[in-house]
Amino acid sequence: MNLANKDILGTEQLSREEIEGILDTAVSFKEVSTRQIKKVPTLRGRTIINLFFEASTRTRTSFEIAGKRLSADVINISASTSSTVKGESLLDTAYNLEAMNPDILIVRHSISGVPHMIARHIKCPVINAGDGAHEHPTQALLDLLTIRQHTKQLAGLKVAIVGDIAHSRVARSNIHAMLKCGMEVTVVGPPTMIPVGMECLGVKVLHNLEEAISQVDVVMMLRIQLERQNEGLFPSFREYSNQFCLTADKLKHGRKDMLIMHPGPVNRGIEIALDVMEGPHSVILDQVNNGVALRMALMYLLLGGGSETDH
Amino acid sequence: MNPLLMNAEDMNRAITRIAHEILEKNKGTQNLALVGIRTRGVVLANRLRDKIKDIEKTTIDLGILDITLYRDDLTTSKDKPVLRDTDIPFAIDGKKVVLCDDVLFTGRTIRAAIDALVDFGRPAQVQLAVLIDRGHRELPFRPDYVGKNIPTSKDMRVQVQMTEEDKADQVIVVDGKGHN
Amino acid sequence: MKLIIKNGRVIDPANNIDGEYDVVIDKGLIQAVTPAGKAKDDSSAKVIDAKDCIVAPGFLDMHVHFREPGFEYKETIESGCESAAAGGFTTVAMMPNTNPVNDNRSVTELMISRAKAHGKVKALAIGAITKGLKGETLSDMGDLKEAGVIAFSDDGRPVMNNQVMRRALEYSRMFDLPLIQHSEILDLTAGGCMNEGPISTELGLKGMPTEAEDIMVYRDIALLEKTGGRLHVAHISSGESVELVRRAKAKGLAVTCEVAPHHFILTDASVRGYDTNTKMSPPLRAQSDIDAIKEGLKDGTIDIIATDHAPHDLVDKQADYHSACFGIVGLETALPLSLRLVEEKILTLPQLIEKLTSRPAEIFKLDSGTLGAGKLADVVIFDPSQEYKVEASKFKSKSKNSPFDGWSVKGRVLHTISNGKLIYSN
Repeated sequence: MNLANKDILGTEQLSREEIEGILDTAVSFKEVSTRQIKKVPTLRGRTIINLFFEASTRTRTSFEIAGKRLSADVINISASTSSTVKGESLLDTAYNLEAMNPDILIVRHSISGVPHMIARHIKCPVINAGDGAHEHPTQALLDLLTIRQHTKQLAGLKVAIVGDIAHSRVARSNIHAMLKCGMEVTVVGPPTMIPVGMECLGVKVLHNLEEAISQVDVVMMLRIQLERQNEGLFPSFREYSNQFCLTADKLKHGRKDMLIMHPGPVNRGIEIALDVMEGPHSVILDQVNNGVALRMALMYLLLGGGSETDH
Repeated sequence: MNPLLMNAEDMNRAITRIAHEILEKNKGTQNLALVGIRTRGVVLANRLRDKIKDIEKTTIDLGILDITLYRDDLTTSKDKPVLRDTDIPFAIDGKKVVLCDDVLFTGRTIRAAIDALVDFGRPAQVQLAVLIDRGHRELPFRPDYVGKNIPTSKDMRVQVQMTEEDKADQVIVVDGKGHN
Repeated sequence: MKLIIKNGRVIDPANNIDGEYDVVIDKGLIQAVTPAGKAKDDSSAKVIDAKDCIVAPGFLDMHVHFREPGFEYKETIESGCESAAAGGFTTVAMMPNTNPVNDNRSVTELMISRAKAHGKVKALAIGAITKGLKGETLSDMGDLKEAGVIAFSDDGRPVMNNQVMRRALEYSRMFDLPLIQHSEILDLTAGGCMNEGPISTELGLKGMPTEAEDIMVYRDIALLEKTGGRLHVAHISSGESVELVRRAKAKGLAVTCEVAPHHFILTDASVRGYDTNTKMSPPLRAQSDIDAIKEGLKDGTIDIIATDHAPHDLVDKQADYHSACFGIVGLETALPLSLRLVEEKILTLPQLIEKLTSRPAEIFKLDSGTLGAGKLADVVIFDPSQEYKVEASKFKSKSKNSPFDGWSVKGRVLHTISNGKLIYSN
């Protein structure tokens, strides 16, 4: 299993074979996290830099744990402590970090395209940990890993992605990856949150959650950014919840073994009701759990490998 | 050199003998476990377990080890080995673990396997069973059980084939240079 | 010094000339355009052999940003004029979004005197419509006209307020100078950095919808219909806006418009990869918009080609896509890019040259853009079939921000003559 590119910038760049290879590799890594000694020496002596220009606890921690379980040295740099605040340009920061010879640079930025720009200018592999409203490939891959764990197979599955599609990199990465794996995707949300030309990505658009629930096998709820209300994308949280909060009541329209997902962190009671979140169909914690294995798999595939060993 | 080093009958006899030796050395199946190194080490372990069951009428624990993550030659070179599951479904603490592999050569695989094994616990003893020992050790390992010693030149390629994975049970020398 | 340009194909749309002629220049003026071989031999004259070349009036670019005063690290009037000369331009009009803004006589005079001091290209000044480009209070238009501005514009920004725009149209009638509008409803484009459509959705970048342009073009035309005055729509990029201008022209309104070469060459698909040299305002649009623009060029709805030459320093472009500055260097790629219209049979060569010479001169009432006898000798000689690779690093402009860097193009400026003097030779 070889990846075609030096970087993991988006699921858009990955082939179906690559996606499946990554998921298969991740399955094998899940076992490592169940051991008492949750560490393998694979990336001993390697340096992984988490360069986060945007606040994140969950994703950064997941990358950090993944790197550490592979014995790599993981360094976290957040925007507040990095020199970008001193007026250093983005590329200067990247060049400076590269001069310290990291083996993987993990980048998150609030603006679309930044990891791509950095990747173009430096030699070490770059993993996109989320760029603006563009892509969040590791999240999409761990979502697929979670779905596959429960359904065994991806092709033919129908998924609804619900919420603020316009501002969601999770949605875009999932759409690319899911379509490549033969799944059908419907995006659901108020028209103010569905960007122009969405259908061109190959998805169906609905504005009614119950209707969508009745048609799909998996419902993926997205986080509503609290500041969006000020932008006038919806009138109030009360109104939004009435229309798009995933409640037990709305779930009655769907199949009994529906999978319910959320990339987190969850606004309880706004996009998903507490009882649904903690209910039997929720695989939200599996997503978090799979995140570590998935990221270990990517680090391994980017840095590991070698020829057949001698006996 | 005859390219056929071992045929199916030779192999069966060797495995039967190793099973007896394991039982003899460990005085029965008490606290005994087999751990096969992927891929053909697992086949060997399975066959040994079957033989031991035939002899002692008990089924001993069997684990599967993928040593990919412990290898010392993981580089950024082109072909990345496919990582597969490790599955050790029993506590190895205090167990007498017989590591099984098809060919013993430089010893580097065994080094990786022992590193991996001790991450799972503290076995009472680790023993080593191999079908073929072809010499050229680069690390100080000596097998406890050997199917057949085959002196080889370093650049020869010895291939163990077993019906679970291959067409026939046999050990052959393959043309061309390269490593196992 | 006397100059004779021989053996070229002379195209002078203003005088309906297209054929083998010799151009005789003396004392900075066009002396004569005579049938090939008829020019009197004169041993004192310098002869330029224009075999296989086009000889045309020097080009006019009515939309450039020369960044002086205030942003001299991006471009100066001098470097801008050198860039213009290299592109075959002998007249340019400089937008007022400098620092300080060209909203008063002293800035106008500074800009004009700088240009005159350099002396190669006629760099004219455009004054601000509103003080400080703030869109609130009209600038002292009369005083600016006296100082020499040839039009008014808040370019870079639109005049958003309806009442202010109406007054600007009314007030400017006294001076008979056109208002050049950067048409963009800002609340629809807030935070945007590319065309809104499937590509912006794919790339996760905030879009700038075409209706932001259309609504303002419509508003300005509606105002113009009542107020009179002259409206020139800058860098038209939306197909619907082209249609709005077409209808306004059919009604006989004093509306003209321009298009920049990148808006008929590139679509928003080139934003993929996040190269900040594809970021401009208005943004690169969809193929359907390009098709409509070409139709507008063909039927004359779009009057002229202007480059919106917007140089930016590397630092301003080497940023993330959202934060990078809008705009690209335009003067030195304008000719080969525009010649594609001829290759695609959208325009004939004389029609294209008209949109770069006599038509802008007509709209802005300038005594140039022609090879008529007695006119200032502004001439460009270019080889329409010479192929070469665009090398941004070799631009005369101080800035190198071009999405066309590395492109293979056809059509090269060989000589630019201004006031009878050779100001550029390749």
